Amino acid sequence: MRLTPRAVLLAIVAPLGALVFAALVCSVILLLTNHSPADTVQAMINSGKRPRIFVNSINSATNYYLSAVAVAIGFRMNLFNIGVDGQYRMAALLAAGFAGATWIDGVPGPLRVVATIALAMLVGAAWAGVAAILKVTRGVSEVISTIMLNAVATYLGQYLLLKLAVPVAGSNNIGTRPITAGGQVPGLAYPGSTSKLYGLIVLAVLVGLVYWFVLSRTRFGFDIRATGLSESAAVASGVSVRRMVLYAMLFSGAVAGLVGMPQLLGSSHSYSLDFPAGLGFIGMAVALLGRNHPAGMALAALLWGVLDNSANSLDVAGVPKEIVAIMQGVIVLSVVVAYELVRRYRVRVEQREVGRALGTTKVPAEVAA
Amino acid sequence: MMASGLAVGAEALAAPPPGRGRRLGAGWYLVIAIGALAVVSVVRMLTGADDLTSGGTVGAALTAAVPIAMAGLGGLWAERAGVVNIGLEGMMVLGTWGAGFAGYQWGPWAGVVFGLLLGALGGLLHAIATVTFGVDHIISGVAINLLAPGTALFLSKLYFTKAPGGGQRQSPPISDAQHVSLPGVSSLLDGLQRRHWFLVSDLAGVLRGLTVQVSLLSITAALLLAGTLYVLWRTPFGLRLRSCGEAPVAAESLGVNVYKYKYYAVIASGAFAGLGGAFLAISSSQFRDGQTGGRGFIGLAAMIFGNWRPGGLAVGAGLFGYTDAVQLRGSDAVHALLLLLAIALLALAVVQVLARRVGIAAVAAVLGVAFGWWFFASDELPPELVGAAPYVVTLLVLALASQRLRMPKADGRIYRRGESG
Repeated sequence: MRLTPRAVLLAIVAPLGALVFAALVCSVILLLTNHSPADTVQAMINSGKRPRIFVNSINSATNYYLSAVAVAIGFRMNLFNIGVDGQYRMAALLAAGFAGATWIDGVPGPLRVVATIALAMLVGAAWAGVAAILKVTRGVSEVISTIMLNAVATYLGQYLLLKLAVPVAGSNNIGTRPITAGGQVPGLAYPGSTSKLYGLIVLAVLVGLVYWFVLSRTRFGFDIRATGLSESAAVASGVSVRRMVLYAMLFSGAVAGLVGMPQLLGSSHSYSLDFPAGLGFIGMAVALLGRNHPAGMALAALLWGVLDNSANSLDVAGVPKEIVAIMQGVIVLSVVVAYELVRRYRVRVEQREVGRALGTTKVPAEVAA
Repeated sequence: MMASGLAVGAEALAAPPPGRGRRLGAGWYLVIAIGALAVVSVVRMLTGADDLTSGGTVGAALTAAVPIAMAGLGGLWAERAGVVNIGLEGMMVLGTWGAGFAGYQWGPWAGVVFGLLLGALGGLLHAIATVTFGVDHIISGVAINLLAPGTALFLSKLYFTKAPGGGQRQSPPISDAQHVSLPGVSSLLDGLQRRHWFLVSDLAGVLRGLTVQVSLLSITAALLLAGTLYVLWRTPFGLRLRSCGEAPVAAESLGVNVYKYKYYAVIASGAFAGLGGAFLAISSSQFRDGQTGGRGFIGLAAMIFGNWRPGGLAVGAGLFGYTDAVQLRGSDAVHALLLLLAIALLALAVVQVLARRVGIAAVAAVLGVAFGWWFFASDELPPELVGAAPYVVTLLVLALASQRLRMPKADGRIYRRGESG
């Protein structure tokens, strides 16, 4: 695609339009329920300026970004990995059990961290692999099987947590045995804030770079994109879609396994009942908003992180903080609609240009019909 | 941006082998049902888990099955018109809130109506996104599942916080709908059930669960199931609606307004999911945040289990409701479920051998033996794992019996008027 001004404009008009539309919808909702939109925004901006909220936003964005990349690997070849949610929870739980085990305390630090991360990737890939095998051998839709596997992960996770758990001091929470200092990844201090930036933010950047490189610079990435654009064309040019489905699902699951790692190794050091859930679905939202593009998803993840963390101040200001969840939902829904409208507009423009070049210009209405 | 998933692997599903096309008559289903009950009866006598078929368990199973069946009906209506609706869960959440809001003020039936309307609103949103704008069905569904719980909690904080008996995350109590009994049978069936005879007592338990103290909501649900069967399979409207799910282009060429029928179907789908949510909220006597707990997805699973048919869907919802109910009835009954699952898998293996599918039969047999071994090697089944049963069963059905499943041909495909091919 050439980088003409119009192409650039068309690329940003959809996400921007969706954001504006979502802001309008939320303003109307706030006005209807007797809240002031201006005060709400002010409260969020004020809280967003605080260093701690800033750090937490970046940290959330790190998790969301990893989840988004995991989802995007599937999206690029038309494969819906709804199961990122279950994959990262299973991976984080088992990795926490492994890294917190007593026998591992003697192993040198870097090796422990690498082994923990590798185990998480393996578990994520294995959990996704169930769906992949069902898909390629029995033709079971990955959407259905991953939804089922998410639920199985929830119950199996509860069971395994009870087996692995030790009581958390001073609460009725239970969690795995905390990871000792050697197995942790130290955070980066940020001036003015008590919470630290995740050390594994580096991992997220790395994953983004690898994702970009593999998809746009390798044969494998080309095959993935070709399969996504047209399965029959890919088959005709010698791509084994079956193998691609298997690999894409396994890679997606491996990246999904990483989603819980920054938090597990960076701040909570244990998997407990309150380990964040639902990151897989946030990842889908972020991937959609960022159009599966490595940089676009980073921006979207940042936006999501800021929205989520500054929302907490709203309850104090008297506005239910769920207005932010509503806003996020509206953004996702309107951004996919906006992309579709832009796509149709592009097709129409192209058809008109082809028509003009051939000297037989049709009336636009006829072409669009 | 995205079409509707990859076709790879689907060849495993194509073209059932000859001789498989025949369908069993109604009498056979009765025989199978009695046979299954006999197996359960044997397991009950072997394990002494009398709760497996007691009237109380069956009654609880019915209550648990109704919301699942309603969500499944929602899925059925949408998918029969070719629209995949994984937003059922979100629409159900809207239904629970609607029932809470209207239910505590104007009684349970107002709650039912409100839940239905809010669910239909969710369906309308899904229809606008998928039919008018051609957004991928899965993505729109996921978006609705993100949007709905936030909306419900937002409204809950606004309307329930200051209401008497309400809170930020729950509505004030709703009074339950009336319960009715078939006159005169209760004591008779109860007496039979207490004898613990083979099959007779089990039948009495099941009948008692289905005839004594049945909520009017459950009866409404049964009528809606039968009504769906009639409307979708016995009326011109239903034929047109299903044609949109099988071959929308052909339907269009015969003058069916495909967009209109898809709109009807998806709005109805949302309404059914909303009803399911409302039934759930009313039978647990209030709206609570997170109340649905994935029942929208179980409904979807029940529909797939039932092969996109109302009767099969009802059986699926009944089974899943049953595992839910058994879970509340103590560990003996839960443990006995393992043996039942083992027997079911071994039976499936036999059926597959007769159909000359040795590979699948082997997998089923191995799994069956594994579950049987688990039963005999353990004393109890951890209750945390029982919750996973509906999902595992659905995965097993998809993996082992998928050649018997047939979804609507154009299910999940994006349809644009005038763009055939």
